[in-house]
Amino acid sequence: MNFTLQVWRQANADAPGGFAAYMVEGVSSDMSFLETLDLLNEGLSAEGEEPVAFDHDCREGICGSCGVMIDGRPHGGRLGTATCQLHMRSFEDGQTIVVEPWRAAAFPVIRDLVVDRSAFDSIIAAGGYITVSTGSAPEANLTPVPKQVADLAFDAAACIGCGACVAACPNGAAQLFTAAKASHLNLLPQGQAERHLRTVAMVEQMEELFGSCTNHGECERACPKSISLDFIAMLNRDYVGAKLSRRPRVHAGGDD
Amino acid sequence: MSAELAAKVPPGPLEDKWDQHKFDLHLVSPNNKRKLKVIVVGTGLAGAAASATLGELGYQVEAFTYHDSPRRAHSIAAQGGINAAKNYRGDGDSIFRLFYDTIKGGDFRSREANVYRLAQVSVDIIDQCTAQGVPFAREYGGLLDNRSFGGTQVARTFYARGQTGQQLLLGAYQALMRQVAAGTVTLHTRSEMLDLVVKDGQAAGIVTRDLVSGAVRSHSAHAVVLATGGYSNVYFLSTNAKASNATAIWRAHRRGALLANPAFTQIHPTCIPQAGEHQSKLTLMSESLRNDGRIWVPARAGDDRPPADIPDPERDYYLERGYPAFGNLVPRDVASRAAKRMVDQGRGVGPLHNGVYLDFADAIGRLGEEVITERYSNLFEMYQRITDEDPYRSPMRIYPAPHYTMGGLWVDYDLMTTIPGLYAIGEANFSDHGANRLGASALMQGLADGYFILPYTIGDYLAARLKEQPVPSSDPAFAVLEEEVGRRTSAYLEARGTRTVDWFHRRLGRIMWDYCGMSRDRAGLEKAMAEIPGLHAEFRSDLAVGGGDEELNQALERAGRVDDYFELAMLMCRDALDREESCGAHFREEHQTQDGEAARDDEHFSYVAAWGYAEGSDPVMTPEPLSFESVHPAARSYK
Repeated sequence: MNFTLQVWRQANADAPGGFAAYMVEGVSSDMSFLETLDLLNEGLSAEGEEPVAFDHDCREGICGSCGVMIDGRPHGGRLGTATCQLHMRSFEDGQTIVVEPWRAAAFPVIRDLVVDRSAFDSIIAAGGYITVSTGSAPEANLTPVPKQVADLAFDAAACIGCGACVAACPNGAAQLFTAAKASHLNLLPQGQAERHLRTVAMVEQMEELFGSCTNHGECERACPKSISLDFIAMLNRDYVGAKLSRRPRVHAGGDD
Repeated sequence: MSAELAAKVPPGPLEDKWDQHKFDLHLVSPNNKRKLKVIVVGTGLAGAAASATLGELGYQVEAFTYHDSPRRAHSIAAQGGINAAKNYRGDGDSIFRLFYDTIKGGDFRSREANVYRLAQVSVDIIDQCTAQGVPFAREYGGLLDNRSFGGTQVARTFYARGQTGQQLLLGAYQALMRQVAAGTVTLHTRSEMLDLVVKDGQAAGIVTRDLVSGAVRSHSAHAVVLATGGYSNVYFLSTNAKASNATAIWRAHRRGALLANPAFTQIHPTCIPQAGEHQSKLTLMSESLRNDGRIWVPARAGDDRPPADIPDPERDYYLERGYPAFGNLVPRDVASRAAKRMVDQGRGVGPLHNGVYLDFADAIGRLGEEVITERYSNLFEMYQRITDEDPYRSPMRIYPAPHYTMGGLWVDYDLMTTIPGLYAIGEANFSDHGANRLGASALMQGLADGYFILPYTIGDYLAARLKEQPVPSSDPAFAVLEEEVGRRTSAYLEARGTRTVDWFHRRLGRIMWDYCGMSRDRAGLEKAMAEIPGLHAEFRSDLAVGGGDEELNQALERAGRVDDYFELAMLMCRDALDREESCGAHFREEHQTQDGEAARDDEHFSYVAAWGYAEGSDPVMTPEPLSFESVHPAARSYK
């Protein structure tokens, strides 16, 4: 198969970017999209040109490193599929494919298709954890977790942190990411002690760094792990609950 | 045993060694910990767990990763599960049995005391991770579920669908980020360690390259911990993530840390066979699939009928036939070699005849499609995406691929390398898996080292350095290495040749796969050692790396890693050649039993081979003899 790739090239965060067109020939239908970029880069490198920079690592759809806009859709728009799991058999021979980095204010471009997603780490640092220092954990089977609860928590925990939800959102909001991360912990009995604190801290950090959610729902469709919008509803409920519960109801004696 | 290889295994009965040792280790009082600084390189299971725990204890931690976030580390891709001797099933498991299975699985080439300690702390790992919110699989009663894995006859593997590594890593990553927020851990992302600084015989810090700006920087500390994973990517095609590399451990080796058992590399039996020349990596299908899948090939060589048209009597379920006691659940090395034998006999399946079948038809018939979906849906989906074939309807095709490296930096019982103050944890060290690792044991070891072992043992070293300041990074010892890193980088850019980094890497990988892969012999190893230096010289003179130094340059990053692979590959071949026996994953054609099994030679090779680096001359091997007090090194049989 042969393709024309229109690729976003940008030298660094401050440089202006633009599209460059490349012909890539001799592509096998079994190749992944990233292997097609490899092939392009092998050609560029051999000619002494600078290869296209793109983040990638496991190439199995689990590390969340890869992720580009393909023809305007995060990860190419196939349901439940990360860029590395996209194979060329899903494209038409001779097609022109437009490849861009995530477009979101919170994810500045570093170079070509590589963006800075450290804003996600800030949300986790704000409260996306259960406080349990090493060695202080109780025996695991002391706390039964109903299977359906564990399964639902898992569905949320499957998030790979790729950023497609943000890239898909017209507002550049990180609601689906934050909802997945918070709901995973908020659903489990182990996460109850910090539920309110966690929810407020994560949501407020998110609001500081990302746009606001106005329920477009584009994120769910773009998510390579098909994480459900229901978790956003759960996060919103948790946030309201947390805000209400944090109103002092009884004034404790002594120091406050 | 030479003095430099003192393993420092504590005296006393096997069961008491670790407890006694923990009591004997010097402590650092809570208010003093904040005066001590530790560098941790790598943020996978071992590194993130260690950084988080050291931060919780109050040390100043500097954590480094070449990824954009600690959560990307390759531990994330581990699928099947994590072992622990909880004996929740009441099926006869115990700490001693987990210890025994692991040491037997490693073909009696690991250190008894380390393996026993691993089995001991395994139970704490499950408690810790569950408390962090890791969503392990549960039964309807709400308690934790288990499954069985290769090389064992009990069900002791805890799992989170087929994404156990992801969930465990996220737990460790979240604990790490909590410490980042608390200010005990400083995180350096997109930073690659390119050298180790040793001053007055002690680890003093590291030199890194900022992968975005290209800036070379020095970082000093009281101690350095390498948690940088394994080196399977020396083969180019492996199940490892593309960026996984040996550079951190190799450069530490060049500075004096001995490297142990480099030839012990695990070739995982259940991976998707290569589809063509374009392939950039191989994809693992979790070994857990062998719980329900039956492995077979056509009984007759050259039988090209579709699998459904081959009636049962004309199929060879060769593992069930050859190893009735363990059947499809034999350990990885045994399963891999058996698959290779089938393909070598011309009975391979698929368009390139480079695989064997893993068939779920019986399991679907017995349990129903729903149960199989529940257990393996993500794996089936992954398989279908890659091959465009439906494993619910026709059997999967699988073939072995490089997956894990048991070899690594030599460490003593405290996980310290031969350089004082330099520690190696997780896959980066050699310590627990001997010549073959059992399934679901890598996650166990990474977390054992990171959460429960290193944080104790490193305190003993740090306690003695309370009055010392770290060597300042303005010290000439750092400047010299910064310059060296700069020279290396310039050399890659200035070669201005015609071949890309990947071109060389693929060729090196091919040599290693052909001659130092699943089976080795003297002639092949010698051939590899004759070919590698020539290719390495060509790499230096004919390399094409576009772009510059002061920018994000991924080809430049790869060039440094491949440069190190050339040297490592030579050492792997030398180690494989030196070890005139077959054990575990190291199979020498010259040393096999009549029925083609590994013939171990305890009389001459019951040792860990620890290699030293010598610029421009042959490496020198120091053996660490292995003694077995609690188990008898029997011939390993799974029949």
